[in-house]
Amino acid sequence: MLGKLTWAAIPIDQPIPLVTSIVMIAVIAAILALVTFKRWWPYLWNEWITSTDHKRLGVMYMLLGLVMLVRGFADALMMRAQLALAQGSATGFLPPEHYDQIFSAHGTIMIFFVAMPFVIGLMNFAVPLQLGVRDVAFPVLNSVSFWLTASGVLLVNLSLFIGEFARTGWLVYPPLSELAYSPGVGVDYYLWSLQISGLGTLLTGINFTTTILKMRAPGMSYMRMPVFCWTALASNLLIVAAFPILTASFALLLLDRYCGFHFFTPDLGGNPMMYINLIWAWGHPEVYILMLPAFGVFSEVISTFSGKPLFGYHSMVVATMAICVLSFMVWLHHFFTMGAGADVNGFFGIATMIIAVPTGVKIFNWLFTMYGGSIRFTTPIYYSIGFMATFGIGGLTGVLMAIPPADFVLHNSLFLIAHFHNVIIGGVVFGIMAGYTYWFPKAFGFTLDETLGKAVFWCWFIGFILAFTPMYALGLMGATRRMQHYADPSWQPYMIVAFAGALLIFAGIGLTVVQLGWSIHTRDRRRVPMGDPWNGRTLEWGTPSPPPPWNFAVEPHVQGIDAFWAVKTRNQELHKIAESRYEAGHRPHYETIHMPKGSSTGFITAFFAVFLGFGLIWHIWWMAILAGIACIGVLLRQAWDTDREMLISAEQLEDFDRRHPSLGAQR
Amino acid sequence: MSGVADAVVLDSHGRPIPLSERGPASAWSMISFGFWLFLLSDIVIFASLFATYAVLQKATAGGPSGKDIFELRNVFIETCCLLASSFACGLMLIAAGRRQLRNFYLWAVVTWVLGAAFIGFEVTEFSDLVARGYGPTHSAFLSAFFTLVGTHGCHVTSGLLWLLVMFAQVATLGLRPTVVRRLFCFSLFWHALDLVWIGVFTIVYLGSLHA
Repeated sequence: MLGKLTWAAIPIDQPIPLVTSIVMIAVIAAILALVTFKRWWPYLWNEWITSTDHKRLGVMYMLLGLVMLVRGFADALMMRAQLALAQGSATGFLPPEHYDQIFSAHGTIMIFFVAMPFVIGLMNFAVPLQLGVRDVAFPVLNSVSFWLTASGVLLVNLSLFIGEFARTGWLVYPPLSELAYSPGVGVDYYLWSLQISGLGTLLTGINFTTTILKMRAPGMSYMRMPVFCWTALASNLLIVAAFPILTASFALLLLDRYCGFHFFTPDLGGNPMMYINLIWAWGHPEVYILMLPAFGVFSEVISTFSGKPLFGYHSMVVATMAICVLSFMVWLHHFFTMGAGADVNGFFGIATMIIAVPTGVKIFNWLFTMYGGSIRFTTPIYYSIGFMATFGIGGLTGVLMAIPPADFVLHNSLFLIAHFHNVIIGGVVFGIMAGYTYWFPKAFGFTLDETLGKAVFWCWFIGFILAFTPMYALGLMGATRRMQHYADPSWQPYMIVAFAGALLIFAGIGLTVVQLGWSIHTRDRRRVPMGDPWNGRTLEWGTPSPPPPWNFAVEPHVQGIDAFWAVKTRNQELHKIAESRYEAGHRPHYETIHMPKGSSTGFITAFFAVFLGFGLIWHIWWMAILAGIACIGVLLRQAWDTDREMLISAEQLEDFDRRHPSLGAQR
Repeated sequence: MSGVADAVVLDSHGRPIPLSERGPASAWSMISFGFWLFLLSDIVIFASLFATYAVLQKATAGGPSGKDIFELRNVFIETCCLLASSFACGLMLIAAGRRQLRNFYLWAVVTWVLGAAFIGFEVTEFSDLVARGYGPTHSAFLSAFFTLVGTHGCHVTSGLLWLLVMFAQVATLGLRPTVVRRLFCFSLFWHALDLVWIGVFTIVYLGSLHA
């Protein structure tokens, strides 16, 4: 009846997961009780859960990412604490089988459920606004994508309380992840949660590629798109091309585990290295799926706060697309030690180094944008400068490891760990934080506190240097990754410094939450009445903050790069008389528009997808079958739903614009 | 069917507006483009499976190779069924575009029956192999074979289910634009499966003769 599920799955004897899950359940119960008590359910259901508004979905993605950041960072702290202690005869506080789950969960969560939701959240929020359109190409599908990601998150968190998580590293390499060596449900939790959320990500990729290529305001040709839209396009093209490989590789591993196939088993002709090739054919593009939108954020931020158009827009676009293509040609550098031979390794080593060229072009473009500009030192620009410093180092160590002989020494050492955290924290996380601070006032109508924001930056920046510089040294001294205990006492001081760095970053994450709370508390004195707090250059700053569900009451007409800046320059006089813009001659021409209605399809599909995943993980076949049928049923209901749009009248649009003035509404 | 892309659009001064500056595309254009992207992503899944098959083709672990077990005569008939089904699908779409309900039903039934015949052949082939002891757990080669061909078969099966849903859609909603749009997406899907099958036929079945 319940497959492999028994009471033994609840970790009564393991205090850490038990206490964590009890705290988690208590927090969730408290939130649900509060929502019920305050009677917020109708509001939540109508305005958020069933929302197909790309801005709301963007906000929910960011919130999901923030929650999972805390979860993933708790894993990081435990690992660093363990290694600060477990030297010589000391064993630390984490037994190996638990430590293995923690590093696997840390990597999985941080990439799939922190970085991806953050990056997709920023794209959701900003891309349609920057393109000057009212929504994405497929709004209901967008909601399905988000909720499927949330299903994956729920399954990963369930593994803490019911059963276990994978102990096989964040990419579950076979043969270790085969049934013979990992008989528990850990790998199955991993595979099914990522299959479900991966489907959501693929749908996002299709949605945003279509949006950017087919839905732009009149006049917005490709070479007039903001660079963030270009990087989002590159990122989503990569999603469409790479995520199916991930789906296929996981499907093959699932067939091995569930049906006794022999793709990656060591016997009967199976080939474990094929999995590693396949997974990195997804995995390296994935690096750029995360990185490119962060590059886009920095381009927007640096241009805005330098008060200048971006230097070398065309070369930035070319560099972005070059990275997009090259990212598919370097996957083998993740396993030079496979033994493919000198020629193959040489090819991939050189291909890897070539990626540094377009990346270097970008760095110089940002520097030249700042050169001669009147720079305003806001939090986002702090992150941008911090990014160029740290990402530069991360890039250099990357080029170093692209040399196959050097990689043979450094492979799977802490040097590698330091390198990829250097690019992911210094690049992706700083980009996310910059984008979060930059677009927050657009989303909510008030700015985040700058003093606290800068404190968060310094915690991340110094904490990052403290945590990862020692790891470069430790790697060169011979320390390997995924190591739960070490014999050499001379490593311990480095490990303690790294732990201190992790604590500092933790303080930064805590301060981010404090900053959010404080900024909400003091929101009345941080309002941005005209919606343009940074003197922005792109179309989103021409809308009220927060923008209405339709973004633009009147479709903007674009005549060049930095479209909103052009409007402001053209309308200098109008700028001064913004209040009287409804006088004769300046009144925009409003027309009735169609907007998509909210839809419960995404939430309900994802609800059943959780049961589908859970049933498959625990071999509860009846549950999986019923839930699968229910998912199809929901989609069929959607297919017969002929009433998906609502009309918004010209009067409503005009009334909203009158009550919420913005600079873009005048023309 | 869209045809908009070729038309010249002029601005208020009588100058032609480039295609990329004409504002958001029509719903038809966006949906078919989005569906193309989905098909491309599906093709990437097949590409991964083809690569896997190529790597494991010789990993027979002492068991049979493709040459020993494939019956090309049946595969040829099966291929003809699928290609004919695609042709019928094209006629079905033309009928739907012209709002000819009877012709639509006729060609939709032909499409469905030929697709089902294809699946019938495949199921027979698979169950034969399993009965002879050459199931997918026998060797890496057989795992790769069953997965590649079986994944294509699963796609065809879901296409058949989709077509059943489309019968119901046409019966209840009529050939309204949204329904015709879905039929158009279905036909794209059906033709794409043909393309994949050409790859399967060439690489898996004909390739086995060479190996």
